[in-house]
Amino acid sequence: MDTTRFTINGKPVELQIDPSTPLLWAIRENLGLTGAKFGCGMALCGACTVHVEGNAVRSCVTPVKAITNKRVTTIEGLAPDRSHPVQRAWLQLQVPQCGYCQCGQIMSAAALLAAIPHPSDADIDDAMAGNICRCGTYARIRKAIHLAAEMAGGQK
Amino acid sequence: MIATKRTRFHVWLSTFTLTALLGFLGFSTRATPCANTTPEDHEKSILAFRAVASVMTSPRCLNCHVPGDAPLQGDDNHPHPMNVKRGSDGKGSLSLRCSACHQAENSKFLHGPPGAADWQVPPANTPMAWKGLTMGDLCRTLKDPAKNGNRSVQDLIPHMETSLVRWAWNPGPGRTLPPLSHDEFVSRLKEWIDTGAACPE
Repeated sequence: MDTTRFTINGKPVELQIDPSTPLLWAIRENLGLTGAKFGCGMALCGACTVHVEGNAVRSCVTPVKAITNKRVTTIEGLAPDRSHPVQRAWLQLQVPQCGYCQCGQIMSAAALLAAIPHPSDADIDDAMAGNICRCGTYARIRKAIHLAAEMAGGQK
Repeated sequence: MIATKRTRFHVWLSTFTLTALLGFLGFSTRATPCANTTPEDHEKSILAFRAVASVMTSPRCLNCHVPGDAPLQGDDNHPHPMNVKRGSDGKGSLSLRCSACHQAENSKFLHGPPGAADWQVPPANTPMAWKGLTMGDLCRTLKDPAKNGNRSVQDLIPHMETSLVRWAWNPGPGRTLPPLSHDEFVSRLKEWIDTGAACPE
């Protein structure tokens, strides 16, 4: 066991943990933040997406040693009062169906808008193609990202 | 005063003559292979290059050295899923970086993402693409600083020692290795350079 230090949702944490432990395990089991989901365990589905230094990252394949002294944000820390434009757009358009993938979808969408405030459909495809939804909510996801971009721009 | 002028003229004349001679012999500051090699060296050089090319065109190298906007993957060179893009810096699109999935080391699981430090494809302004090139064009691309990341042929050697290139010989489960060992690959690369870095037609 080694000591790994990083910041989670703005709070510094220190874990006694095997450095090869996937970040997703640390987040869910050690820190009790269960928003990020286990899907495939191989970075193929996107359900475990969190932000590391603002970039979307698949936490199921990211060892905790890779995030030492870095900033990690989970769905719980995106905007605890649900005021983030992506969260508001998701609620307004009732995007989720079963919901299992949606935390990952929202985190990828938030990272996209941070990088490209007004994404085209092609930008959305590039950013979101790694997030799979078995309910097929893709059309609503795309619409919600455009709506979130408008909300963030103060147009709605 | 006259002697000084004459000296300056001699220096200028010597410099001009040397520059012209080097230019005639095919030297340049970046392209370093010697043009006046023996026919035996020329043959050796081309044979060495063919060995080097066998590695460069193996899936582990070729899948990232591609034209277009997206890497390939697998031994059958299929397009990388998830709509992955090269990005201007070769590290993915702004919203989906390579590092979202590719870590500093391989996933130990079959079909899990491979990894190495500085995982990337060549940047968009120098894609270093050799998929589909003839052997001669591949060789000339490798030697051309405008197409190889502004490297002299000697500069290629340290590139082949980087962790990203060495990954090809430790690619993780389910991926074939290049046809030569890394040591043999670098040795044949040096042989190609030392014998004039000749290119097949």
